[in-house]
Amino acid sequence: MLVLVVDSATPAVTAALAEVSDDAVVVRSQRRAVDARAHGELLAPAVEAVLAEAGARPRDLTAIVAGLGPGPFTGLRVGLVTAASIGQTLDVPTYGVCSLDALGLLDGKVLVATDARRREVYWAVYEDGTRLTEPAVDLPATVAGRAAELGVAVAIGEGAHKYAEVLGVAARDEPLYPPAAALAALAADRVRAKAPGERLTPLYLRRPDAVAQSVRKPVLP
Amino acid sequence: MTEPLVLGIETSCDETGVGVVRGHTLLADALASSVDEHARFGGVVPEVASRAHLEAIVPTMQRALDDAGVTLADIDAIAVTAGPGLAGALLVGVAAAKGYALAAEKPIYGVNHLAAHVAVDTLEHGPLPEPAIALLVSGGHSSLLLVDDLAAGVTPLGATIDDAAGEAFDKVARLLGLPFPGGPPIDRAAREGDGESIVFPRGLTAPKDLARHRFDFSFSGLKTAVARWVEARERAGEPVPVAHVAASFQEAVCDVLTNKAIDACRERGVETLVIGGGVAANSRLRALAEERCAKYGITVRVPRPKLCTDNGAMVAALGSHLVAAGVAPSRLNLPADSAMPLTVVSV
Ligand SMILES: [Zn+2]
Repeated sequence: MLVLVVDSATPAVTAALAEVSDDAVVVRSQRRAVDARAHGELLAPAVEAVLAEAGARPRDLTAIVAGLGPGPFTGLRVGLVTAASIGQTLDVPTYGVCSLDALGLLDGKVLVATDARRREVYWAVYEDGTRLTEPAVDLPATVAGRAAELGVAVAIGEGAHKYAEVLGVAARDEPLYPPAAALAALAADRVRAKAPGERLTPLYLRRPDAVAQSVRKPVLP
Repeated sequence: MTEPLVLGIETSCDETGVGVVRGHTLLADALASSVDEHARFGGVVPEVASRAHLEAIVPTMQRALDDAGVTLADIDAIAVTAGPGLAGALLVGVAAAKGYALAAEKPIYGVNHLAAHVAVDTLEHGPLPEPAIALLVSGGHSSLLLVDDLAAGVTPLGATIDDAAGEAFDKVARLLGLPFPGGPPIDRAAREGDGESIVFPRGLTAPKDLARHRFDFSFSGLKTAVARWVEARERAGEPVPVAHVAASFQEAVCDVLTNKAIDACRERGVETLVIGGGVAANSRLRALAEERCAKYGITVRVPRPKLCTDNGAMVAALGSHLVAAGVAPSRLNLPADSAMPLTVVSV
């Protein structure tokens, strides 16, 4: 079963085609570009490119898998709306996966941290690929405390590198961003079971910045 | 060849719109609005609008297709507002349009929102005579344009130098304790009032201003004048005559808009005036434009109110015009451009 994978929850924008069989997930083609400001321009051509490289047409897709974040809002929405619109057009199911989970598929206790801007990180802790904490957004110093409590030995993700000193956990070099193969693997059971598609709801974790209007200011002195 | 079947997507502000047209015929105009979510903030909050677009786009698309009785496979082209507008909001529509276009293997046109406000009139009144003058007035824009060739580009003649006309309506409504957005409640309140009871200033109409700003607008001074007038009443412990204030404010706006639009028509020797944008739904603006244009033999074209405010049909209408004119489609890497200039109709 040919599956389109997209993720735009980090500065990397990822598109890939994965073949999901009964016992394996094989990535057939993928494109990744790292440019936090150009997700909207980069993703659709990347989807076209992975289809062309695999010699496939859109109608050959049987499902779409998308990283739900958490991630910076504007870029994150590009991946989700792209996945949703392609899924709607082709009438194939869309499945969401937590983008942090794709980084946490490792042995042992791992802290996954991505860059949330505003000097914060999106993070969660995993043990042998199982998530121990809910995805959250916090200051690195706060995360350092939780990671120590949980006995985390290694950290992964772009945020883990950027704030390695504060976090106090050794950061692994790779991967920096959610790998396409891991995103596909996380949804593979649903793809195989032909599970009903899900609405792709982003993990924003932050409320919009907006202030309710105050009493009006007088113009007369 | 039958007329092109074009789908249009609009997400530049707080309305998620998907429209379907065939040639100049409107087949569907589905709309979801986040306006209620912005009311307590007194204006559109970009992030709130962007979140709402993401939630609304798929169901709104489905409704448009169902209403038109077509599928994406039947569509000849997909048009989408590429700008100007709120950056994050535009991006949702543009990314969605790309997904639909690439999955359905259809051409995509990234188009100018303001040109779409002009093109929508063709759905109501048929092909637009060119040249025409367009007056576009809404919460986000106030412009006078010369439309020589809608497929190629329009010439800006003037624009607001401060607040947009619709913004002035919102601010004055707030001052009078009327809800957001301010256009419809002011229009309603004004029906019970006398537009000549209070003389509010007409921005950029004095001879010294006309030399430099003949076709430009200014509504900031008007808004402040209304605020001063209302506050003076309140401080004196007198009741504020809401209907009279609303009518007099509205009269000042409509007076300037129509006079400048007619001046542009006469200066350019143009016989057609198109009015678009949310403020074009104002009943006084429509009536005054009709009355004044009749004197000069100018034909006024104003689409019905639902087509004046932001919607997907206007984008589809412009897309259909571009397809018919043989304009090349956009590329799949087309950007959303929050400051897209008027001289660019499609990217
Ligand atoms: Zn508009």
